[in-house]
Amino acid sequence: MSIFIEAGIRVIVAFVFLLITVLLLVWVERKFVSDLQNRVGPDRAGPWGILQTLADGLKSFMKESIRPSNAEMALFIAAPIVALLTALLIFLVIPIGAPIEINGTLYPLVAMDLNIGLLYILAISSIAVYAITFAGWASGSKYPLIGSVRSAAQMISYEAAMGLALVPVVIFAGSTSIATIVEQQGGTFFGFIPAWNIVLVPSFVIFLIAGFAETNRPPFDLVEAEQEIVGGYHTEYSGFLFALFFLAEYIAVFNISALTATLFFGGWNGPVFGPTWLTYLLPIFWFLLKTWAFVLFFVWVRASLPRMRYDQLMSFGWKKLIPVALAWIILVAIAIGVRDFGMPWS
Amino acid sequence: MAETIVFIIFAAVALVGAIAIVAAKNPVYSAIGLLSTMFSIAVMYVLLDAHFVAIVQVIVYAGAVMTLFLFVIMLIGVDKPDAYGPAVPAQRIMTAVVSVGLFASIALAGRAAWVTGSDAFGTPNLNGTIENVSDELFGTWTVVFLATVMLLTIAAVGTIALAYFGHEVEDEEAVL
Repeated sequence: MSIFIEAGIRVIVAFVFLLITVLLLVWVERKFVSDLQNRVGPDRAGPWGILQTLADGLKSFMKESIRPSNAEMALFIAAPIVALLTALLIFLVIPIGAPIEINGTLYPLVAMDLNIGLLYILAISSIAVYAITFAGWASGSKYPLIGSVRSAAQMISYEAAMGLALVPVVIFAGSTSIATIVEQQGGTFFGFIPAWNIVLVPSFVIFLIAGFAETNRPPFDLVEAEQEIVGGYHTEYSGFLFALFFLAEYIAVFNISALTATLFFGGWNGPVFGPTWLTYLLPIFWFLLKTWAFVLFFVWVRASLPRMRYDQLMSFGWKKLIPVALAWIILVAIAIGVRDFGMPWS
Repeated sequence: MAETIVFIIFAAVALVGAIAIVAAKNPVYSAIGLLSTMFSIAVMYVLLDAHFVAIVQVIVYAGAVMTLFLFVIMLIGVDKPDAYGPAVPAQRIMTAVVSVGLFASIALAGRAAWVTGSDAFGTPNLNGTIENVSDELFGTWTVVFLATVMLLTIAAVGTIALAYFGHEVEDEEAVL
């Protein structure tokens, strides 16, 4: 029975961590965007407006959830729950720090270390498409439907690119377990350059672009393009159900940032020194530092780039990203083959 | 014990989903039924320690194939559910006969000795599911694997050829 209790504690800690992170993330995004746009941003609730998200969350709880008369109620309610669940589930395989030793037992700081971790992430993010598809269809109105059809096409297209971008990482690390991929990045080149997977630059770039598209963030947010289709798939949502979608989107942003930091920037690897408690805290600090750097990058891109057109989005995904990813896989495979087996003529 | 409980729950979900596929009035709910059946089958694979197969089931079937199904249903069938009757005369009777035959053969197979569950193959190596699958694919069955690759490539190229050639394409953007 203790195995169930341990699993339960891990999952609950991960979820609480995510929810607190999102409270902070929404505030950071609004503050950072307003700084970039020469505005003040939220500054009323709490010091520097830091409690603004909490206030907004409470407000959405109090508000009425309007039920459109054309909606398919069961799916209409299920869609935001699916969105939130998939966003929460992806985080479970990301290690946030070095394993901690208590009474001679090593506890990895990850909710579950699957040996198929990377594939699990791809599987769950392909499920996330359903939340938006269901939401659009169940709303029983035409703008949400257009938005959800757009999103389904967009997410399938960029999921292919994302999966292909991860293949070189798997070839390089020789494993699909995320814990193993992080541990493999622990060494150094020439004693001082950290041996992170960032040497796979094309993979990193493709993964990041596909990540923007997967999370429906600008410049790929034509799923919810306000000028064309009102709010896209969440046009008919209000109150608590809308808050769930909102929460899911920001958790997804944090997940993609954490994944980028983990897969390409060494995860929790970094200089560790001092007493034992510090050697446990520092890896968590490095992980959070790298992740938040990418979160800020997401916000920076949002404030800088205009939205893409739909045909640009499709031709960019299928005609540029995927061919480049395929060519890069072949190059990496040949390089690793030469490293392991020598030249074909030798 | 826990495995049995999980099995019973997801077997029930799979059956309810399967019934929903044929019984639902609205094609979208049929698709959701199919989706839940595919999920439950993925859980069965996990119970059989075939983690890689389970995750591939979710990625390929639940992720890609069903999304395309739903995509098509929502685009063309959104206003007219319930418009289709049986396509073949006496379809229901034929279905009933085939189903009874299928159940009978499954029951017969269950009585035969070769269905003994996963224990017949010994305890699988959990940490090496992917490695084991790839050893089999690229070691034992290389030729068969490459033949399948060729077949799929030919199918993909053939689809594009059928869609593209044979009629004049005036505007390339319109094809997209």
